[in-house]
Amino acid sequence: MLRSAFRVTYTKRVSSRLPIFSSPTLSLARRYLSQETRSKIQDAVSATPVVLFMKGTPDFPQCGFSRAAIQVLDLHGVPPEKMKTFNVLEDSELRQAIKEFSEWPTIPQLYVNGEFVGGCDILLSMHQSGELEDLLEKKGVIPPVAEESQAPGSPNTGTSSA
Amino acid sequence: MPVSLSDLEAAIRNAIPVAHLEIDDQSSGCGENYAVLIVSEAFEGKSTLARHRFINEVLKAQIAQMHAFSQKTFTPKQYEAYLQKSS
Repeated sequence: MLRSAFRVTYTKRVSSRLPIFSSPTLSLARRYLSQETRSKIQDAVSATPVVLFMKGTPDFPQCGFSRAAIQVLDLHGVPPEKMKTFNVLEDSELRQAIKEFSEWPTIPQLYVNGEFVGGCDILLSMHQSGELEDLLEKKGVIPPVAEESQAPGSPNTGTSSA
Repeated sequence: MPVSLSDLEAAIRNAIPVAHLEIDDQSSGCGENYAVLIVSEAFEGKSTLARHRFINEVLKAQIAQMHAFSQKTFTPKQYEAYLQKSS
């Protein structure tokens, strides 16, 4: 918090238009998640239906786990306007803070409607079991596919994923 | 600081009754990348998120020293189903 403490703009509460996670690298943040950081993260995960904290960007993931997470979300057709990603490699304060905020030791981390879903392992296993699709549908992130499969008249064909 | 396979195994076995345990060192020897598969009756009735949080807590010190950590958690029943499905 040292450097940001000297930034006048940060001490004012009108800083909402600043890029949310722009504060510099701070080793202190490792031990202590400030109320300010906590509420910034809370705002960020509540502002967009799907929020992914990852290494790299969707177009250029910089870790296999983050790549897998992006691919799964892409597979389910999560629309870009309903998803926001944060690159923790560009913000080492966020990289530490999000671990404390979620009480989760690894990246990526997925939030849906402000609720922590899990990391890569959970995302993949939910994808395989169909829970992820259910969740995304239930939370209104993606439209239900039911109408589509009813049309051909054979409701039991199911979807076979190759 | 590398984490040894036996450290992980001991920490897990101390925390819960384990029916089956696989620890895969995927680090090519540097001890910073592990995948574990844990089968335990202690997971019964717990969500995947709760199980993973529990294991994250049990292995907190070790995970902090690793680059990558991946886990699968099953109850004995789920593991049987998993084996049948994958065989």
